[in-house]
Amino acid sequence: MTLYILCFALFLVGLYGILTKRDLVKIILSSGIMGYAGNLMIVLFGYRRGAVYPILEKGKEAAAMVDPLPQALVLTSIVIELGVTALLAALAIRLFQKYRTYDITKIRRLSG
Amino acid sequence: MITPYFVIIPLLAAFLIPFVAKRRDTGAVLLSLAAAAALLGLSAYAFFGLSGETLVYRMSAWKLPIGINLVLDAFTSFMLIMVSLVALTSLMYSVKYMRRFDRDWRYYSLFMILVVGMNGVVVTGDLFNLFVFMEIALFAALALVAYGGQAHEFEASFKYAVMASISASLILLAIAVVYSATSTLGLATISLSLARQSPLLVLWVGGLFLAGFGLKAAAMPFHAWLPDAHSSAPSPISAMLSGVLIKTLGVYVLIRLFYNVLGAPRLFLDIFLGLGAVSILAGVLLAVGQWDIKRLLAYHSISQIGYIFLAMGLGTTLGMAGAVYHMINHAVFKSLLFYNAGALETALGTRDLREMGNVSKLLPVTSGTSMIASLSISGIPPFNGFFSKLMIIVAAVQAGQPLLALVAVVGSLLTLASFMKVQRYGLRGGRPVEKLVGHVDGAMKTAMIILAVLCLVTSLLVVPGIREVTLDPVVKVIMDKTAYATSVLGK
Repeated sequence: MTLYILCFALFLVGLYGILTKRDLVKIILSSGIMGYAGNLMIVLFGYRRGAVYPILEKGKEAAAMVDPLPQALVLTSIVIELGVTALLAALAIRLFQKYRTYDITKIRRLSG
Repeated sequence: MITPYFVIIPLLAAFLIPFVAKRRDTGAVLLSLAAAAALLGLSAYAFFGLSGETLVYRMSAWKLPIGINLVLDAFTSFMLIMVSLVALTSLMYSVKYMRRFDRDWRYYSLFMILVVGMNGVVVTGDLFNLFVFMEIALFAALALVAYGGQAHEFEASFKYAVMASISASLILLAIAVVYSATSTLGLATISLSLARQSPLLVLWVGGLFLAGFGLKAAAMPFHAWLPDAHSSAPSPISAMLSGVLIKTLGVYVLIRLFYNVLGAPRLFLDIFLGLGAVSILAGVLLAVGQWDIKRLLAYHSISQIGYIFLAMGLGTTLGMAGAVYHMINHAVFKSLLFYNAGALETALGTRDLREMGNVSKLLPVTSGTSMIASLSISGIPPFNGFFSKLMIIVAAVQAGQPLLALVAVVGSLLTLASFMKVQRYGLRGGRPVEKLVGHVDGAMKTAMIILAVLCLVTSLLVVPGIREVTLDPVVKVIMDKTAYATSVLGK
């Protein structure tokens, strides 16, 4: 139970960072943290105490294995996360070229 | 088995475009137009040929608890028609419009990937697969919003990307919770399994899904990214984003999840009602004060999404018919309005209503079609917006919510007021315009005329005989609620 709560706390740390930080790079890092927390949660849900690797061999029962599907899901989700982070970083670089700052309070051509 | 082709055709087109396009964009234009036309034909065939059946395609022939399946029912094919219709007109419109940047095939490739994502979200019957297609659509949308390469476009795209990553994390968390509770990811199997679990779990999952997909649909408390992203994108892309992206990624998924998977819990329907009422009023009030024409239209998208949310929340058959009907109507007239805005921007070189003047002589097609679209969105008969709003208002009164019906009427009046402003300043103002800085070409005019005609044609959907073959099968799929699961699993 503690693990799940810590994992959710990590998620909230990421959300807090996105909502309060003013630096573009810190916002990107916070979004990364939020993504990690989600991935960690999925892996945790597939974890079973004292279970073994999920390969079916002779004389082994499926009940004593960890769930392999969440691991596959997390791999996909990590790749997506990577893409989002790369895109955000690219946009941040272009924004810096245009405005010469990473401070979002100074990047305000759109408002209202 | 036609279902996988809704993903295969645009995906193939997206990756063939770099090969056929050398230095000029002719090959890319022809290929993407052909793909969009093929999709439109295929989706029309799916809608009218299936006549209410559910078609299930099992990928690699794995059965449901293990494999991923694609589901094609009336609701799905209705959404597919909507996507391909707007995509086709938007591509026609793009040819001239996008040449202001340069003759670039990358635009058409990204456009096709956007279509892949939206079609994928609509046809898939698997929760995680839906998440992946959603991210594909968003990547393309983010790149297209920033396509012009100006400072404010990067700013809008960054804002949109941060919002998208928050909503993706929430959705991923929801998927994790669903998987841990049900040990399955197919929508049909989740629906069967959740029915046996405690109602508390439905609350927990529903809350996360509402926040995640509500951000995509841009209902009121989740709306902050929409006006920037939709007004900064090139006009044909604004039409795609406002016309279909917020509906496929937001509204379609919410209806599918809350009606067909969770079985329409009353609490969430009440939340939909509240979000809808707030969005209708706040969206339109913010729109009235805008002077940038595309920003004004973007705020109206929030308001019109509010109507759809309101109708979804009523939970009656008539209300759902109103929601589905308003979805297609909004796709038609909002895309048309964005094309008009793009044409005005091309011809006058400005998006500020105060700097426009009387252009009804110089741009007869643009001003004529924009008049039709303005009347449609404000709900003036005999245009389509009138009938769907009437349906929603009648459904609200029948469901014992006269206050919400009043909100819908007031929202409609304020919409009329803000479009009078557009007509008064933007197209029929006092100051005559002598010369135009740009040319609106034939393809752009054709796209606008097609949608203007559709504004009238879609109002025929309300005629009983036509309604029975178009709206009613869609509403039946939604209102049968968890019968979706049994028809997909084939029991």
